[in-house]
Amino acid sequence: MRKVLLPTLIIIAASLLVIRIFYLQVIDDSFKLKSENNAIKIKYDYPERGYIYDRYGKLLVANQSSYDIMVIPRDIKDNLNITEFCELLNITKEDYEKRIAKAKVYSPRLPSVFLSQLNKNEFAAFQEKIRKYEGFYFQKRSLRDYEVDYGANIFGFITQVNEKQIAKNPYYNSGDLIGKQGVEESYEEILRGIKGVKYIQKDKYNREIGSYKNGKYDTIAVQGEDINLTIDAELQKYGEELMINKRGGIVALEPSSGEILALVTAPSYDPGILVGRQRSKNYTLLYHDSIAKPLYDRGLLAEYPPGSPFKILTGLVALQEGVIDENTSVTCHHGFSYARGRFMRCHCSGGQLQLHRGIYQSCNSYFATAYMKTINKYTKPAAAVDVWSNHLKSFGLGQFMGYDLPTGKRGKIPTSKTYKRMYPNGGWRSTAIVSNAIGQGEVVMTPIQLANMMATIANQGYYYTPHIIKKIEGKKIDSKFTTKHTTTIDKKYFSPIISGLFDVYNMGTASRLKVEGIDICGKTGTAENFAKIDGKRIQLKDHSIFVAFAPKDNPKIAIAIMIENGGFGATVAGPIASLMIEKYLKRKISRTDLEVRVLNKSLQSEYAKLGGLSEVIKKELKIKDSIANAAKLELKRKDSIAKSKRIIVKTKADSIKPN
Amino acid sequence: MKNQSVKNNIDWISVIIYCVLVILGWLNIYSSSLSSTEGTYEKQFIFICCTIPLIFVVLFVDGKFYEKYASIIFGVSLLSLAGLFLFGKTIAGQRCWYAIGSFTLQPSEFAKAATALALAKYLSDTQINLKEINRQIQALAIILLPVILILPQPDPGSALIYSIFIIVLYREGLPSWYVWTGFITILLFVLTLILEPYVVILLALAVLIIIYFKGRVVDRNILLSTILLSIISAFVFSVNYVFEHVFKQHHRDRFNILLGKSVDMKGIGYNTNQSEIAIGSGGWLGKGFLEGTQTKGGFVPEQHTDYIFTTVGEEWGFAGSFIVIALFAGLLLRIIYLAERQKTKFSRVYGYCVAGILFIHFFVNIAMVIGIFPTIGVPLPFFSYGGSGLWGFTILLFIFLKMDANKVNEW
Repeated sequence: MRKVLLPTLIIIAASLLVIRIFYLQVIDDSFKLKSENNAIKIKYDYPERGYIYDRYGKLLVANQSSYDIMVIPRDIKDNLNITEFCELLNITKEDYEKRIAKAKVYSPRLPSVFLSQLNKNEFAAFQEKIRKYEGFYFQKRSLRDYEVDYGANIFGFITQVNEKQIAKNPYYNSGDLIGKQGVEESYEEILRGIKGVKYIQKDKYNREIGSYKNGKYDTIAVQGEDINLTIDAELQKYGEELMINKRGGIVALEPSSGEILALVTAPSYDPGILVGRQRSKNYTLLYHDSIAKPLYDRGLLAEYPPGSPFKILTGLVALQEGVIDENTSVTCHHGFSYARGRFMRCHCSGGQLQLHRGIYQSCNSYFATAYMKTINKYTKPAAAVDVWSNHLKSFGLGQFMGYDLPTGKRGKIPTSKTYKRMYPNGGWRSTAIVSNAIGQGEVVMTPIQLANMMATIANQGYYYTPHIIKKIEGKKIDSKFTTKHTTTIDKKYFSPIISGLFDVYNMGTASRLKVEGIDICGKTGTAENFAKIDGKRIQLKDHSIFVAFAPKDNPKIAIAIMIENGGFGATVAGPIASLMIEKYLKRKISRTDLEVRVLNKSLQSEYAKLGGLSEVIKKELKIKDSIANAAKLELKRKDSIAKSKRIIVKTKADSIKPN
Repeated sequence: MKNQSVKNNIDWISVIIYCVLVILGWLNIYSSSLSSTEGTYEKQFIFICCTIPLIFVVLFVDGKFYEKYASIIFGVSLLSLAGLFLFGKTIAGQRCWYAIGSFTLQPSEFAKAATALALAKYLSDTQINLKEINRQIQALAIILLPVILILPQPDPGSALIYSIFIIVLYREGLPSWYVWTGFITILLFVLTLILEPYVVILLALAVLIIIYFKGRVVDRNILLSTILLSIISAFVFSVNYVFEHVFKQHHRDRFNILLGKSVDMKGIGYNTNQSEIAIGSGGWLGKGFLEGTQTKGGFVPEQHTDYIFTTVGEEWGFAGSFIVIALFAGLLLRIIYLAERQKTKFSRVYGYCVAGILFIHFFVNIAMVIGIFPTIGVPLPFFSYGGSGLWGFTILLFIFLKMDANKVNEW
């Protein structure tokens, strides 16, 4: 027993040590990470983001250098001339104290950002004297430099990654920048390039003592690639100018390719205000504007019942289904009585009419009849609705279109399932859903879907998925944008429709919007909408809708315009369409009368009813002098938010209104 | 002829393990001192070179020399410790070095071997019976003399080492209740720190009651049990009192960190935390020689001395740590095996002392580094940087190897 004690102790002790070491080294792997945090500093080399050009190679978005003033509090000398220092940086002494205190809290011996994102001018004066101020140094950063003051919704903006993105994508680290919204988001990986990584060995004082493993794991940064957009910068700019003092969206496409020529949303903002020192203040301002919603891309997101333009599709489906032909006559009694006591009013000139006049006079009775015939062709209305629905889906409706911008809405094309939900007991017939015929009822579309519909009609039966990417340095664009989508409607049925649309400009609702030398085919539309203000349901002025393509033969542009509370389609949206088409095809405007009228047209009084003070909205539209106005706006913004709480804006189209 | 006999009879297994440990130690000192302390590994190289003549001297001295002059060696050693109070040099708050120019010598490193010799000499007397209380006191006095001189330097680490001699005394006949008392004392101490005092006392009461009723009827002694419980209670409360009132905050912190009661990774917990990170980041096979990021960054304080094992853990991983521990355990068991086959009581006791001293260093040091023992300054034999330490352990070990080699001549 006495002989055994010490050997036993030795064996037990050694086993104990081995077990504990096994636990530390093999089982608990948290130490590995801690050791890396401890001893290895990762330095990133951020490549410059790729430039963004328009379809003709005009530079839209470049980069600029910006400077962060860094401070190591411990290294600041006591004899620092604070007054002079603050003057150079244009900050107050209290501000200085506050920033230094904050840096000290973080760490007295580690660098922290003292003042961020100074531009070249702000930095220039300071740069000369920076050597005098020990403890301070600068760090160069690359920021977006917008060459134009429009297209904010197309570009999106750059922001710091949030926790969720970091968790989702291991590429990003806290503090990294990422593109958000617009092409900055959808082409993030191409534009940003790949950051270079350098592993640096640190010692316990956090000093760098050389590269880790002689740079074995280091990588070199890969530059971001430049991209060309399909956007026509001039057209985009013009579109945004025309939309001043209005709310809504414009989408212009090139039918032969699906390229997006212009994507306008109003109100918008100068992309430059989301760069630099005022960025976060301005972003907050934009973000919290729940009434004008400057960050909401109406061209992609605004879902409305399309109204009259939808009659085109009703006609096409009826032709394809063989329930009407060009010569089918319908008698309009200034309205259409489709069931006992149910009457759909019509503003056409009445009498007996065929497809052609039905289109250019936008006769409700004609298309209601055509739609009912389509549905009644089948014994079961449910089956009929699905046939109709499938035709429409071949136009890319009721689904995400698959374009290369990060936001979108499906829109809605009802199917038999929709009605099964609405009428669980069945028993519905064509009369119950006849509103669909004229683009109301359950049909909902976004402006880009409307534009794509027009592009499809212009192409007489096919379309390419709308896209905004024209060219990526040395790379082909995604093949899904060069794949032809053919509709279920035969080509022959398009020509009568197109000739009707052409006469909308000659004899119909858009006859006063003709442009010399351009054959435009178009269609007006109107969507009723209501708002609940202080609990009362109030009908607001209709949303104005217009769709068009031109020229009639060999079309170059298809366009959809939606103006919130713009009234009758031909009053605001129509003129804008004409001007946009002329601008694109002719590069100059001959109808200056129309141009002046549109530019001066303000709908602010209409929007004021929604609670936004018209004065405020004016400023929100273009926050170019945002720095000066920020304080004032802040006050008024609170005001408008308070009001907006009482208002729920609602767009309704349950009552029927023809054009 | 003597030369011949030493060469033939020396235990080569021990010598080889010793050499491997010293070389491994130097490699790790080399790695850990590359980034920080200048000249450390060169100096250690010189120290290692100096052990060669030292070993020859130890081996060629007459075999009877150590037994004959044990008392004198012990006396000289005690004098050298006492002399520190007059001539000692204070480094890092500890007055335990003699300085000759830039060269320093730590006498407490040699006192271990001297005490072992003295104890062996005392116990080798066949008249000695450790069952007798006088003998026990005399033996304890030999052990406590150097402790008394070392504690005020202050060097609690070196003092702690001497507790291992209890095990040696037990091997030579010390009543077993000493060992049990020691064991129970340690257990009660740790329990008191972890649990509330009255909980510990209740536990003790429960154990005593169980023993009382499970034991033989003749052994039932109410009085003894009550006294025992009183002693335990007094001890528990005094530990609690000492811990809260006599200990300085940094002592308390060392225990609290160990027990997981407080976590302060920047202050007192820094050492243990950093050494755990370094070892823990090693994984199965380690980061490779000279590739330890913690080692290079100099995050672990005192890495080339008391915390040298962190370099082993980080750069050589579990495999390396296991090998080092196995080598130590192997050497220790080998020494005990050799001690047990000694023909004289003197060399057996001395061998036991060598194994005990090396064992307690080895265990306390590594246990501290991996966070299962409070922070205390005990070097890892043959590994830690320092001339005195290396020579002290070398002399300690080789005196025994000489005795072992010499045993044939003792007929």
